[in-house]
Amino acid sequence: MSIDMAQFHQVFFEESFEGLAVMESGLLNLDMGDVDSEEINTIFRAAHSIKGGSGTFGFNAVADFTHLMETLLDEMRDGRRQVTQAAVDVLLGSVDCLTEMLTAIQAEDELDEGSVNNHKKALEVELNGESATETPVEVVPIASAPIATESDAERGWKIAFCPHTDLLKTGNDPVRMFRELAELGNLDVFVDMQGVPSLVDLNPEDCHLSWTLLLKGDIERSDIDDIFDWVEDECDLSILPLTEEVELETIIEIAEAETAAKATPVESVKVVAAETVKTDNAETKAASTKAKKPKAATSSSIRVDTSKIDTLINMVGELVITQSMLSLVGEHFSIDKVDQLKTGLIQLERHTRELQESVMNIRMMPISFVFSRFPRLAHDLSSKLDKKIELKLVGEHTEVDKTVVELISDPLVHLVRNSLDHGIEMPADRVAAGKPETGTVTLEAYHRGGNIVIEVKDDGKGLDKESLRKKAVEKGLIEESTILTDKQTYELIFMAGFSTAEQLTDVSGRGVGMDVVRRNIQALGGTIEIISELGVGSTMAIHLPLTLAILDGQSIAVGDATYIVPLGSIVESVKITDDMVNRVAGKGETFRLRNEYLPIVRMHEIFHVESAKATNLMEGLLVVVEGQGVRCGLFVDDLLGQQQVVIKSLEANYRRVEGVSSATILGDGSVALILDIPGLVRLSNQ
Amino acid sequence: MEQNTSSEEIEAKVPENSVQFLSFTLGDEEYGVTILSVQEIRSWEPVSKIPNVPNYEKGVVNLRGAIVPIIDLRERFNLEHSEYTSLTVVVVLQAVCRGKNRTMGVVVDSVSNVMNIQKENIQSAPDFGTKVSTEFINGIASVDNRMVMLLDVEKLLKLDGLEEGETEEDEE
Repeated sequence: MSIDMAQFHQVFFEESFEGLAVMESGLLNLDMGDVDSEEINTIFRAAHSIKGGSGTFGFNAVADFTHLMETLLDEMRDGRRQVTQAAVDVLLGSVDCLTEMLTAIQAEDELDEGSVNNHKKALEVELNGESATETPVEVVPIASAPIATESDAERGWKIAFCPHTDLLKTGNDPVRMFRELAELGNLDVFVDMQGVPSLVDLNPEDCHLSWTLLLKGDIERSDIDDIFDWVEDECDLSILPLTEEVELETIIEIAEAETAAKATPVESVKVVAAETVKTDNAETKAASTKAKKPKAATSSSIRVDTSKIDTLINMVGELVITQSMLSLVGEHFSIDKVDQLKTGLIQLERHTRELQESVMNIRMMPISFVFSRFPRLAHDLSSKLDKKIELKLVGEHTEVDKTVVELISDPLVHLVRNSLDHGIEMPADRVAAGKPETGTVTLEAYHRGGNIVIEVKDDGKGLDKESLRKKAVEKGLIEESTILTDKQTYELIFMAGFSTAEQLTDVSGRGVGMDVVRRNIQALGGTIEIISELGVGSTMAIHLPLTLAILDGQSIAVGDATYIVPLGSIVESVKITDDMVNRVAGKGETFRLRNEYLPIVRMHEIFHVESAKATNLMEGLLVVVEGQGVRCGLFVDDLLGQQQVVIKSLEANYRRVEGVSSATILGDGSVALILDIPGLVRLSNQ
Repeated sequence: MEQNTSSEEIEAKVPENSVQFLSFTLGDEEYGVTILSVQEIRSWEPVSKIPNVPNYEKGVVNLRGAIVPIIDLRERFNLEHSEYTSLTVVVVLQAVCRGKNRTMGVVVDSVSNVMNIQKENIQSAPDFGTKVSTEFINGIASVDNRMVMLLDVEKLLKLDGLEEGETEEDEE
């Protein structure tokens, strides 16, 4: 299978840059004294995803580089390594280096081998023990990291802090911030009261003051940033290192001069701020990434092809034209304009439908967008691992919500890697176990019961419950005496820090994947389920709700009711004659369709719908349907038409109904039920 | 929707220790639900029937894009069924069941009014033994010498076999 991987590069770059931003802000937020393991986990996960992605796309330089970072982070996470400022600096430098590498790859430029190697060496030195004498030499090139630059040379900071008037309303208190600053070092505060209006105009809830702060002492820039973290967006802030005493005095002079001069003081402070902001662009950038952190962790934006938006705009344009034409007809209406009105209405209908479709289109995309990444992954990994693996993709055209596509790809990468790496055995072992030499991994997506199910199935060795349990006890995740059901035992692999691989490879086995997998899936409101049999294989089934999923449906009439049959499950529709019908045990009806006997399911009987027409098989229609390996003929009154329907959950407010997977809203606003074929067959068997 | 905003306005004037109820009638009997659980009041409109469910579950309707079940309270309480007319009212109720917000419409004969009931005037439901099921009744209050049965909306929404559905989900 040949797939143009280039189409996914853009997504990979965007994801990676997001990941890098996460790593950077995470590293910058690390508190040396009290390290939050969750924080390191977050950084680690970002690194892991970048590594995975770059491996998939064949950017080996990036993958190798990230692998080093990951190893370092892994040791920190397990507590095997002290988190030191030096190590964090090296990591930060590496993040910068990675950004450069990715930018270069994106622009299809040459990689800066020298700088990459320098960073690599620094990482290796850090990994192999700090004792090495070259450490400082190697760390120096990483001076691009913001923290490293300031630590020794400077002996103080000049901070111009000019809050916006509504600062106080957001619950921030400058006094508290100054107190915190004073704890860092020797603090001089110069206040500018020029902005204060006369008492009559004064709103006590507004902040009219601005300050110039001089903070002397050996202080980390990041500490100051932390204090101003929350007010970043609500003030004009400049933080400059104090290098010379002279400068210090000038500032005081300026501050005093401003106090003296009653004209436009606020502006002048702003000018100072504007000038200074330019000089320490890098720092403010770093600080702003941190400032964003308290907001929602993942952005809710979706990437839409501009051509889709253009189509939308065109359609809206046409809609407007149709509307104006109709209103013109309406304005001077006479009976001879009926034809014109009719055409207008037909146009309106068509435009509305097209508009609806293209709006839906923006959010919906086939799962193949995710799936088609995997053949390459399987190919590369199988050669790397010396295994023979066949990857099967089933149901690639299942449409899922865009958010699902974006969030499910990382978990799927992990799951497929796990299957390839741990699931499928070596060819020799497979032959010895009496299995075909080539292992099969199946990726399947389908709709079921109001859910989208994505399965990663392998015919490998399956999960070993005993060893899972032993491992968990060893790692201290569970007590020796804990009693677990099979299901709970499998659940263990979702715990953070659980890894069963004997040896760490760069493929998988760090015990980070599965807990991210579950987290991402839960974030989508889904569940993941493991079915496994030792020696036979395992299946990871992801169930996702499909609030926005769309289905191609065939509407059918049974009595007064309208139902929707998923088009994908319809094999054909036939009109039958009495002599085609056979009875089994006098009751069950079957009919013969090309050498196959299929059961007849009378819809009006199992759904207890009164049908005046179709009690006689000759008068209605048989819709031959297939679902999960079951075939049957649905006996209905009539076929109504094909349409795309938006799937609405019936369970959200109501309950599950046997034989019905979900519901949809028809054009006239009424609700129609979408049939669940396997459920119907079960129902008719009762 | 309108009901919501106006109820909030009224609430400002509600004296302490009292609760507001929306009262409606089923035949001769008067029932009340706490007004905070009422989302809106609509007129009866045809529903899409759901196969193989109890008789009182009339079907589902499209409520601004959400699929909402409609329950006939008369039939739910084993009262005589009455024909639906254009005056038949559907009260759309909301409650949180197991962390999920559920919405359901109940068919009643007519909506009477909004009343303030002092908390201390609410008595617990009398025990009729097994003769009369009082499982949905939270309490009884007397308003202008009329007895009003106060319904437990959460139970009302839950007991419609929803639990069944929940456990099935859990098993998966």
